[in-house]
Amino acid sequence: MVTGAEMLSIAAFLGGKHAQAVPSFGSERTGAPVVAFCRIDDKEIRLREPVMEPDALLIQDPTLLHQVDVFQGLKKDGYILINTNRSFEELGLGDFVKDFRPERLRTVPATELALKHVGRPVPNVPLLGGFAAISGVISLDAVISAIRDKFSGKVAEGNIAAATGAYNTVMQQMKEAVHA
Amino acid sequence: MLKQTEGSHAVAEAVALCRPEVICAYPISPQTHIVEGLGEMVKAGDLKKCEFINVESEFAAMSVAIGASAAGARTYTATASQGLLFMAEAVYNAAGLGLPIVMTEANRAIGAPINIWNDHSDSLSMRDSGWIQLFAETNQEALDLHILAFRLAEELSLPVMVCMDGFILTHAYERVDLPTQAQVDAYLPPYEPRQVLDPRHPVSIGAMVGPEAFTEVRYLAHAKQLQALERIPVLAQEFKTIFGRDSGGLVHSYRTEDAETIVVAMGSVLGTIKDVVDEMREGGAKIGVLGICSFRPFPLAAIREVLRNAKRVVVLEKSLAVGLGGIVSTNVRLALSGLHLHGYTVVAGLGGRAILKSSLHKLFAQAGRDALELVTFLDLNWDVVNRELEREKKTRRSGSIAENILRDIGVVAANVA
Repeated sequence: MVTGAEMLSIAAFLGGKHAQAVPSFGSERTGAPVVAFCRIDDKEIRLREPVMEPDALLIQDPTLLHQVDVFQGLKKDGYILINTNRSFEELGLGDFVKDFRPERLRTVPATELALKHVGRPVPNVPLLGGFAAISGVISLDAVISAIRDKFSGKVAEGNIAAATGAYNTVMQQMKEAVHA
Repeated sequence: MLKQTEGSHAVAEAVALCRPEVICAYPISPQTHIVEGLGEMVKAGDLKKCEFINVESEFAAMSVAIGASAAGARTYTATASQGLLFMAEAVYNAAGLGLPIVMTEANRAIGAPINIWNDHSDSLSMRDSGWIQLFAETNQEALDLHILAFRLAEELSLPVMVCMDGFILTHAYERVDLPTQAQVDAYLPPYEPRQVLDPRHPVSIGAMVGPEAFTEVRYLAHAKQLQALERIPVLAQEFKTIFGRDSGGLVHSYRTEDAETIVVAMGSVLGTIKDVVDEMREGGAKIGVLGICSFRPFPLAAIREVLRNAKRVVVLEKSLAVGLGGIVSTNVRLALSGLHLHGYTVVAGLGGRAILKSSLHKLFAQAGRDALELVTFLDLNWDVVNRELEREKKTRRSGSIAENILRDIGVVAANVA
């Protein structure tokens, strides 16, 4: 998740924006819930408080949904992207999101895409591809450049394929939603 | 070159551009990424003519730094928190011997209770060690201050600590402008030591000095810091000429000209405060902020100059002088002697407690009405405090305070701002 926020900030920077990514460190053990923040703006970012009212939420681990209040501060016009192949209804979120803008709510099987293309369960990069698709705040090209900035060789190519796959999946969902 | 990168990485690259000859360090969060980065550069051969020495403790790190610097090498190390305390004796020695070591201090709280998060207790505990202490507001300033620090340290033959907020800056990815090698070389000449251990010209360094001359040696340490007070603005100006940026200097003021309320702070929280100041200014409040970059030497005159026409001064600091109130505020008060204004101390952000805009709005509004206590602990949870005080009143064997409180609030909450 920390890498995801860092790469999101790189993608935003490559798109000409100012960006700030900060991890929120809790107990330092593998598997503990982790939050990382990213701010994107057209001007210099001076604020150092944690993101209190996110405009968008990328949820890497859907098993946290009913353990921690991950939606704290999220506005009704916010974006939610969850790493899962289930729907919001199947996750038990149907009631919660009924006032949200449906075109801003998406799920994408990021872990599956990572396993397929990278060979490891690393969903943060495909989630960024999905986020590029729902929000348009960053482009898929910028995500690909950020991947090349952070990784090289086969790992980079695998992540690019996974991110592109997630981008296409979400774009397809949005197209279907428009025609539905 | 503009780059989106981690604060620690930016600092490592800046230090490498300064052509250090010896880097010695012992890892401790949140400093680790900096020396890891430098270690990789040395190993890969990107940082040439530099020896990277892994040591067994922070005490050894500073001791090796002292030896290397005395042998005439440009020397760098980094630490934080308990690490700084563990090297304390050698920290004083480095300054007393007049060795121009540059050290990054990734600011972190001091235990007990153990806490890895950010506040300024660590550097401030060494405020009287004789080191110059410069505090960075952003990652850009953190990397710039390292270049400035080597120049200042070597010119005066004094060690310099560059203090940057642990995690908030060290682990933040943001945009930085990395200078070129040519720019750094133009600013930072090769190190010409005042004293050097050289087998061809044997000398000793580190004499015992008795009552006959100790005061004079100590006075000269003070006099050097006063010289630094003169040199820091000059070096910041030269920095601007070469790098095109305002970095370093003694203090930075923001919207203070006509301000009735001036907030004083150090480090990364200044950014959050500036946002709040802008918002309050829109509502008509006459408020500004003064950032202290050089905490040692302490710029009494520069601070007095900015604060003299204010009606009130709020010193917001990430430190606590236990049994007194504030450390920074006590220093600021010295700059205000004889002036008639209200002075408030606010202790905030201890052990990583997030300093929120919403809390600052309330706090500064209260200050504007002169309704603040003289010492305020920002966002202190009185329920938690009172519950423990009650427990201590009732029971003799009330147990450990830290464990009691964690039980009261629930462990999950311990991770949340």
